[in-house]
Amino acid sequence: MGAIEKQRHILDFTLSSLGRRKGKNIALIIVYTFVIFLIASVLFLADSLKKEAAQILQDAPEMTVQRLAAGRQDLIPLDYIESIKAIKGVQSVEPRLWGYYYDAFSGANYTLMVNADLNDHPGAILIGAGVTRRSEPGKPPQSLRKNDRIPFKTYEGEVLTLQVKGGLPAASELVTADLILLSEPDFRKLFAFPHDRATDLVLTVKNTKELATIATKITRIHPDSRPILRNDILRTYDAVFDWRGGVILMILSGVFLAFIILAWDKATGLSAEEKREIGILKAIGWETADILLMKFWEGSAVSLTSFFLGIFLAYLHVFLASSLLFEPVLKGWSVLYPHFRLTPHIHSYQIAVLFFLTVIPYTVVTIVPSWRSATIDPDAVMRM
Amino acid sequence: MIHLQDIRKVFNAGQPNEFVAIEGVHLSIDSHVVTALKGPSGSGKTTLLSLLGCMTRPTSGRIILQEREITSLPERFLTEIRRETFGMIFQQFNLIKGLTALENVMLPAYPKGEKHAVLKRRAMDLLALLNLAGKALARVEWLSGGEAQRTAIARALINNPAIVIADEPTAHLDSALSFEFMEIMRQLKADGKTILIASHDPIVYASDVVDRMVDIRDGKIVSPGDGA
Repeated sequence: MGAIEKQRHILDFTLSSLGRRKGKNIALIIVYTFVIFLIASVLFLADSLKKEAAQILQDAPEMTVQRLAAGRQDLIPLDYIESIKAIKGVQSVEPRLWGYYYDAFSGANYTLMVNADLNDHPGAILIGAGVTRRSEPGKPPQSLRKNDRIPFKTYEGEVLTLQVKGGLPAASELVTADLILLSEPDFRKLFAFPHDRATDLVLTVKNTKELATIATKITRIHPDSRPILRNDILRTYDAVFDWRGGVILMILSGVFLAFIILAWDKATGLSAEEKREIGILKAIGWETADILLMKFWEGSAVSLTSFFLGIFLAYLHVFLASSLLFEPVLKGWSVLYPHFRLTPHIHSYQIAVLFFLTVIPYTVVTIVPSWRSATIDPDAVMRM
Repeated sequence: MIHLQDIRKVFNAGQPNEFVAIEGVHLSIDSHVVTALKGPSGSGKTTLLSLLGCMTRPTSGRIILQEREITSLPERFLTEIRRETFGMIFQQFNLIKGLTALENVMLPAYPKGEKHAVLKRRAMDLLALLNLAGKALARVEWLSGGEAQRTAIARALINNPAIVIADEPTAHLDSALSFEFMEIMRQLKADGKTILIASHDPIVYASDVVDRMVDIRDGKIVSPGDGA
């Protein structure tokens, strides 16, 4: 009982001490929170992007076949389908029609894709969450609703008006934010797309172990083709996100170093007033351990407040404010616009690592100088 | 009650600024009496009080408190002795700024883990005894010199110590407040406390409250007074 009361008394004293040195502690909490906020934002963002990428790949075909012309992707002739289907082990070959459309009104780049279910409903489209927030840059978004009409300019210079028939599920906005699904006739009309061509072909195979062999056979039959395996895409995504995360982390390491210097300076350099207080407390009967306990609570209060505040702000920043600060570096040009919101995904392991790299060292550096002051005679401390 | 045997205290030993504050002091302090340590500034009064109050250790010599040799005790035991046996009243009062008078009075009892309500009641009783009940919740930096002094006395008494030590307690007080301080010491003496006061103020050492006057000069006892 006495021990609990003692802890309570010391904690009370600590909290009032923090209040008495408001300026110093608030400055410390602001800088500390900012550092945690930046690091946590990077971790949350990189992790969520990877998670989103993994979700995309879950539904991605095992193999995609593109045609190259002068090293660039070109439209693929539909008659490639039969020859590829004839390869042993290939289960199915489907053509895909998709492309990008620049919307001059909103300044956004949309991904247009044919959905076979809409082929019976020409003129109808399904839109992603980012498209529903279509707006003129600099003006408040006008929310698109069902039956609203969007005008598109075809590659032959005509206007094609399509009607919104519904939205796409927002489970992963990164995948669907800029997506517009439409029927094949509308797609071909909009892009003046040749009837005997598709954007690429997607394959399913009977045995995934044969993917490499099948890919080799395809390039042998069609030397102008490029088969892409799901694992290749996965590797590319990982490399891209890790590289971008690395760039930010490199910048952050500078911030982190600045924080260490500040924390060290603020926490290790006890002011004359603080040293005098330690001397008084010792003179009136506080043990060295009591003073260290008080300093431990003090360090913990500052670092835990900053830690949780930083994590909370990072959560808001990444998942509600679309990572405003990092957008240009982390996402790249193609998905900058329209805006999308990430599905919240936090890895507890990362939070734990961040905790052990910030809260623990900070608490330790606050105790060391107090320990030095608290272990000398109270008489000497008070004469300083 | 307290016996000092051949005490020597050196600051910055072995350094160019080495300074011998106390040299060859033998002194015995009896219980329930008021002893004044008198001497000019720099004579070693404060150092001697620090040694008597277990706030610092002698460079050589032995200190015996209530039949117990305390010079070689580990720091933890010395702290406990400071807390349980001594109540300190400092020259600058040494109250902690930003805290209320009540919180300052309660501070020495915090490590004992006493129940908060009980401790608070005791602190309030002490403040009332010293006519400070109305200032209990005032921050100490807003108190007058006399009020701060009485708060410091209340803090010294919170753990009900056997010995009260005061270092130049009237240095920052006018004559009226200095006499008031000595009256409080008279009450404490009547309550059976042993009191040690270091001062070069005649209001203190010439007071009839003082039973014994020890004269110090240049770190040595010039006149041990009665009871040496």
